[in-house]
Amino acid sequence: MKLPIYMDNQATTPVDPRVLDIMLPWFTEKFGNPASSSHSFGWEADTAVKKARQQVADLIGADAKEIVFTSGATESNNIAIQGIARFHQERGNHIITLVSEHKAVLDTCRHLESEGFDVTYLPVQSNGLVDMQQLADAITDKTVLISIMAANNEIGVIQPLAEIGALCRERKIYFHTDAAQAVGKLPIDVNAMKIDLLSISGHKFYGPKGVGALYVRRRPRVRLKAIMFGGGHERGIRSGTLPTPLLVGLGAAAELAGQEMDSDNKRIFALRERMRLGIMEQLTHLELNGDLEQRLAGNLNISFSYVEGESLMMAIKDVAVSSGSACTSASLEPSYVLRSLGVNEEMAHTSIRFGLGRFSTEEEVDFVIKTIVKAVNNLREMSPLWEMAQEGINIDEIEWEAH
Amino acid sequence: MAYNDKVLDHYENPRNVGSFDKGDSNVGTGMVGAPACGDVMKLQIKVGDDGVINDAKFKTFGCGSAIASSSLVTEWIKGKSLDEALEIKNSEIAEELALPPVKIHCSVLAEDAIKQAISDYKKKQ
Amino acid sequence: MIYLDHNATSPVRLEVIDGLIPYFRDFSGNPSSVHGAGRGARKGLDEARRSVAKLVDVHASQVIFTSGGTEANNMALMGVASQFDFKGHIVTSSIEHPSVLQMCDLLESRGVAVTKIAVDSNGVVDLKALSAALTPETFLVSIMHANNETGVVQPVAEIAKICRSAKVLFHSDTVQSVAKLPLTLAGTGADMISISAHKFGGPKGVGALVVDNHLNLPGMLLGGGQERGRRAGTENIPGIVGFGIAADLVAAEQGELAGKLLALRNQLESKLSKALSELIVFGDKVERLPNTTAFAVSGLDGETLVMHMDMAGFAISAGSACGSGRTKASHVLVAMGYEGAVGQSAVRISLGRDSASEEVDLFVRAFVRTVKNLQKMSAPLAI
Repeated sequence: MKLPIYMDNQATTPVDPRVLDIMLPWFTEKFGNPASSSHSFGWEADTAVKKARQQVADLIGADAKEIVFTSGATESNNIAIQGIARFHQERGNHIITLVSEHKAVLDTCRHLESEGFDVTYLPVQSNGLVDMQQLADAITDKTVLISIMAANNEIGVIQPLAEIGALCRERKIYFHTDAAQAVGKLPIDVNAMKIDLLSISGHKFYGPKGVGALYVRRRPRVRLKAIMFGGGHERGIRSGTLPTPLLVGLGAAAELAGQEMDSDNKRIFALRERMRLGIMEQLTHLELNGDLEQRLAGNLNISFSYVEGESLMMAIKDVAVSSGSACTSASLEPSYVLRSLGVNEEMAHTSIRFGLGRFSTEEEVDFVIKTIVKAVNNLREMSPLWEMAQEGINIDEIEWEAH
Repeated sequence: MAYNDKVLDHYENPRNVGSFDKGDSNVGTGMVGAPACGDVMKLQIKVGDDGVINDAKFKTFGCGSAIASSSLVTEWIKGKSLDEALEIKNSEIAEELALPPVKIHCSVLAEDAIKQAISDYKKKQ
Repeated sequence: MIYLDHNATSPVRLEVIDGLIPYFRDFSGNPSSVHGAGRGARKGLDEARRSVAKLVDVHASQVIFTSGGTEANNMALMGVASQFDFKGHIVTSSIEHPSVLQMCDLLESRGVAVTKIAVDSNGVVDLKALSAALTPETFLVSIMHANNETGVVQPVAEIAKICRSAKVLFHSDTVQSVAKLPLTLAGTGADMISISAHKFGGPKGVGALVVDNHLNLPGMLLGGGQERGRRAGTENIPGIVGFGIAADLVAAEQGELAGKLLALRNQLESKLSKALSELIVFGDKVERLPNTTAFAVSGLDGETLVMHMDMAGFAISAGSACGSGRTKASHVLVAMGYEGAVGQSAVRISLGRDSASEEVDLFVRAFVRTVKNLQKMSAPLAI
């Protein structure tokens, strides 16, 4: 077993070596610009781009013409939300999203608010799932867009896409889903789920970074305003030279994901359950964050009471995971996603996200269980909060001085 | 962010972890920070008849820098008089551990913990 | 197949590909992650930022990585315009890349006034027209350094001077000139310049907007706080690392390369003019990129020429490669006054660092042969 162990597959995934092999010739010998219509270097690149477009479309049950390549899911989310809002401004200026969405969605919505749009940020239930009744009640005659993510990046919970899609179609509202965490890991069918726009990220499913896609429905046609201009690439929705190697990689990753999704999921789920049960068996005072059933196979998010997340990450430095603690990020607030579930700040500070993936092994899982149990026990010995809890003091009743 | 070697050393081999009986008259206890903020430091001093801190213990809930800051100050205050211990500034702690700007609050907490422990001890006298 | 279309894109250099592959394999983390895998990626990101900064002689904090030149150009214009609340006036030229011109159209629809100043028959912007176009409402001038189709270089230092005295920001699209001419941000005098990696041996899908220190540009892509809040989205680490390596390579060989390219182009133009007396070389009286030549043989269709040259084994282009398969007269040549037959017959040769003297000779021979054949075929029609 090789150390360190990578268990942060919701942050990014390594490129599958099979994908990389397919990509490499497109950097050097087959380097043409797909927009060069006058020579074979360009045609060859253009053919590769067409194939990639089809591969991505196939993975989500779309038509190749409905795939717009972008630099990643952040850009896709920006285009989808700003694009719909600005194009349909006359019809209505209200957008509904969730408080637990990715920053690319939330920041874009906030920006639109500053331009005069109305945004409803719906709360989620304590399991992280949207309340369908609340969603239906939030719709007004001004609502033009509902943007709800497919699977959450921190807690892995899967939203009821088909139900949301049906509601949106019935109320004639566009449905966008940030599916960065879900594509390649969950079966997605844009028609069955009545999804109008869907954001894809290459590096979340063993493809390269710097590339993604936006699915834009053609029937019934979804119209939007572009945010990137010049050259008229991608049906005018997204300009800029198409990065052939990255697109070839995205396509190859999509095809592999389609072929291996079932077997990957079965294996990854078994590993995740082995890890969850292994940790739960040996430690007390744990909280699982997010719904256990409606959840990505590879995601586990646990709060280890009385142990601060960043110090725990330091203690298990041979294992790459991430924490909902403020200290690991530029912001000073602990994870807003966990807070949205009603997890208190203290417990948010003690959370660790484990992201298992295609290349995780049983040996690694067993090593992680052993390492984390030892580290939590050590840090609890060092924790004044654990000591107080052992003495029967309820730390919630103490008046702490905030700083 | 990569950690400085001194932080790593204190984190991996923390000095003086533990607790004294806080009811003892020669023990002073300082507890600073808040769980919601992600840091709680408990620092205890044991003071001899000569007014010198002859032992110190800590327990900390917090990041590596918080643990290292508390571990470091338990070493520094041992053998110091109360007045000398009160002179320790957070900037010295931050400098010794080469804390980055986002971690300066850990050194502030450690300084506060010393002050609170000494004031608790003085109240008992 | 001989590739003479380096202004469209260039092959990734071997040193670049060797250097970026480890970032697909061993250092494949997300640079926002604090663990070792993330820090490995972060280190690559930081080093590349320093390399790109060094190439154009700025501080690393002035480099904002983007998905390419188009995004960099878009971001410069959109960012400044939004700072001015979409009120005021932008001056640009009629020969800019579509990523500047179309962004100007959008800004116009959102309330910004736009003036497109003309160029002379050599393709150089008229400085007097620029000065005359500036109004008290003007907040930005965007004029490219070198044109992608003709290679004609604009007097950016003069333009910068005019902008500075009018207290107007100046953005220059330097996508084509970086690496082909020695160039620094201060040297151009601009407040912002745009760079694209794939134009000089780096990978596609990565570029940068380099900004002056005093500018506090708002982001165009939102959410995630990357690039100090100026450009959200997980960084394309292998691409950015490749960009950095290409920048280092170029910085080391810049002057030498320009000399070599210029010699090759002189060879090409002089041999072609000798063989084809009717040849018109666009912008040949003014400074051009050393690698670029655009010319026309009146009466022949540029697209047809290019197709025949492709069959003969040479990749060249008719006008620019942007967009998808449109064949309309180049807006650049139209702006220079070549609206009719001459403009329609234009082709562009853009040399690269691997181009060789023998390739140029082979091209000249094949091109002249093709022209003569085509002229023979169309001769009856011409009469």
